[in-house]
Amino acid sequence: MPSDLVHLYMRIDHLPQIWCPGCGNGVIMRDVAVAIHELIEDPALNFNREDFVVVSGIGCSSRAAGYLDFNSIHTTHGRAIAFATGIKFANPKLHVIVLTGDGDCSAIGGNHLIHAARRNMGLTVIAFNNNIYGMTGGQYSPTTPNGDRATTAPYGNVDRPFDIANLAWGAGASFSARGDVYHVRETIDIIKQAILHKGFSFVDVYSVCPTYYGRKNKKGDAVDMLKWQRDNLIPTARYYSMPEGERKGKKRIGILAYNDYPEYTEEYAKVIEACRKTGGEGEEARE
Amino acid sequence: MPGRKKLILESAWCKGCGICAAFCPRQVLELKGGKVSIKQAEQCVACGMCELRCPDYAIYLVNEEE
Repeated sequence: MPSDLVHLYMRIDHLPQIWCPGCGNGVIMRDVAVAIHELIEDPALNFNREDFVVVSGIGCSSRAAGYLDFNSIHTTHGRAIAFATGIKFANPKLHVIVLTGDGDCSAIGGNHLIHAARRNMGLTVIAFNNNIYGMTGGQYSPTTPNGDRATTAPYGNVDRPFDIANLAWGAGASFSARGDVYHVRETIDIIKQAILHKGFSFVDVYSVCPTYYGRKNKKGDAVDMLKWQRDNLIPTARYYSMPEGERKGKKRIGILAYNDYPEYTEEYAKVIEACRKTGGEGEEARE
Repeated sequence: MPGRKKLILESAWCKGCGICAAFCPRQVLELKGGKVSIKQAEQCVACGMCELRCPDYAIYLVNEEE
């Protein structure tokens, strides 16, 4: 008998999931379920399960849309954000959550990511960032660190990696955050904030891939990789209370930046409203 | 005793990654034959760290029946 949470929000007949032993993706998927559960249970909010749509692309991460028992759609490689944009436009009241991977959203779907961010489309994008293409056998991805090994970089990766949270912010996202699979409670709270945010919210969640990325780079097993996260990814409050010298080489997790840019579907609705008032004739009719 | 919680194992789902045992603050858990098992249940403080970090949903806490 699985836990009540798993019963409520996952498709039990599809479990156990197929991810490798120690893969962080299962932790992130549970974070999303807990975040949605806590929002639904909050009496101050008016959320229903039917308000949520889960959209995924292709890759290890994207199996999550099959396991999570919501209105969900498993789409084509890199195009999860494009499908999600269509869903959001069809019914802007929905909370559309995109579950994607580092390769899916920053390589194959890189254009969709930056333009959805630029438009401030009201989506929540959660990247399961494991620094590698796991499903296809460990090729380097846009987030594989410089010098690290992959099946396609046997002598070390020449590229410099994307920081996708910064990429999304730079492209115009109005909410950008970073989480991981060691600081679970913090990451659940970040995902809740991202869902509550009105515009384009992006959460780069550092996962662990012990099978490909870990083994190729002698990072140890899943436990060692989580210990690395514990020691090097620091929640916001503690990060800023650390002396500056101690912050070297460490990254902050938490909400990195946010603002209140107008959300795209709301702006679009204003255009429709304005056109209705002028009988659809536009500017020319008024002149 | 109200509010008491106990650990439940879903052994068929456990892949033996060892995350729960490694980060248990009271050393309640151990791996046996590639699966998690409870070594000293009386030490459990029901913090739930194992449930939060288990990628396979193979360990969790429930309220003990009265």
